[in-house]
Amino acid sequence: MTTLTDAWHWLTDPANWSGDNGIAHRLLQHFVLTVVCLVISCLIALPVALVLGHLGKGGALAVNLSNIGRAVPTFAVLVLLLLTPVGSWGEGPTVVALVLFAVPPLLTNAYVGMREVDRDVVQAARGMGMTGRQTLLRVELPLALPLIMNGVRIAAVQLVATATIAALAGGGGLGRIITAGFNLASTPQVVAGAVLVAAFALVVEAVFETVERLAPRWARAAR
Amino acid sequence: MTAPPDDCLARNDWICGAYLTTRKQILLDAVVQHLQLTVAAVLIGLALALPLAVLARRWRWASGPVLAVTTILYTIPSLAMFSLLLPVYGLSASLVVAGLVLYSLTLLVRNILAGLRAVPEETRQAARGLGYGPVRLLLTVELPLALPAAMAGLRIATVSAVSLVTVGAIVGFGGLGNLIYAGMNTYFKAQVLTASVLCVVIAVVADVLLLGVQRLLTPWTRAARG
Repeated sequence: MTTLTDAWHWLTDPANWSGDNGIAHRLLQHFVLTVVCLVISCLIALPVALVLGHLGKGGALAVNLSNIGRAVPTFAVLVLLLLTPVGSWGEGPTVVALVLFAVPPLLTNAYVGMREVDRDVVQAARGMGMTGRQTLLRVELPLALPLIMNGVRIAAVQLVATATIAALAGGGGLGRIITAGFNLASTPQVVAGAVLVAAFALVVEAVFETVERLAPRWARAAR
Repeated sequence: MTAPPDDCLARNDWICGAYLTTRKQILLDAVVQHLQLTVAAVLIGLALALPLAVLARRWRWASGPVLAVTTILYTIPSLAMFSLLLPVYGLSASLVVAGLVLYSLTLLVRNILAGLRAVPEETRQAARGLGYGPVRLLLTVELPLALPAAMAGLRIATVSAVSLVTVGAIVGFGGLGNLIYAGMNTYFKAQVLTASVLCVVIAVVADVLLLGVQRLLTPWTRAARG
């Protein structure tokens, strides 16, 4: 119990919130890292998945990539990148590793979403004289949106988790509070850092949950 | 690769045969620790997930809370999970195992529950008609039919556990992760690459083994296909 009260004291001490190693700065780093990597991953994965899904090709690749991604330890990739020339780019290794890990779930979910669109609907669109591009953007994409968004949600949560591990390899973000706590042998700081990271991950999950709940209503109104 | 074997250590090459021969024992110990942590976590996870899934199946009201709690546990990043358990377990192997168990729970509970729910009602009624009691129904009808879905979950949980063990390096019990962590601090490329590759090899071998076990345990799925 004392550890929890100590952790609470650590969290509420204003001295721990300011400065380069402070909570505020680490929280901002974590947030920026997650958002930047999510945007880059989406820009890479979604167009590829949408085109592959539209053409109905490369399915084995899209699905297997996700399974392979699970077998490769994030931490190992981070350290490997750190020891290559990429390591001298500052946050480079972290961004590259995070993007590598966010791409597979995005790709798989978007591809599956595109393939699960009712074929009759797609044929009807073709029959109405829609071009491939129109079918993709006006029919398949809106119908696949729920599964695509599920992929984005999985990727976002995974990014928050992986950004934490980046601290083990010297990257920024909330994980640094935990690793610094370990180096100082300060259990309260370790626990406080963990609480912050866990809360951040749960907030991200909750944001996506809320967006998902609101989305159908908005879609109906638009129609 | 044609250089004398002791040279590649000095040049700090990524791939180094001399590393393998001189550090064989260290690598072996790390692999053994990695396997022990993974197996312990997955087995304990399975032992906890099975009753939870059966409970959630039997009583509808229990499924909501069980799924919600396990999903929330899964959302918490691994490094944070290990750290949160630190006051309970201290710097020990149990800390890593406990963290991994909490992770595998979500995957296992969800998959076992999905498998149990997919058992057709007619099958259940037929078994009841034959005079099967609830326990015998569960053990000889429902669980075997849920096996493919449960095994799918077990495979994902095992592969994830193999890769998450490496994060245990933060408390000194990370199996091959310890070597990666130490190699990072000393800039020892061969050690980092070798340990990383071994991690992936363990994950792939475990996945293939579990697939084999699944085939052996569910001969009827092959018969139906053939």
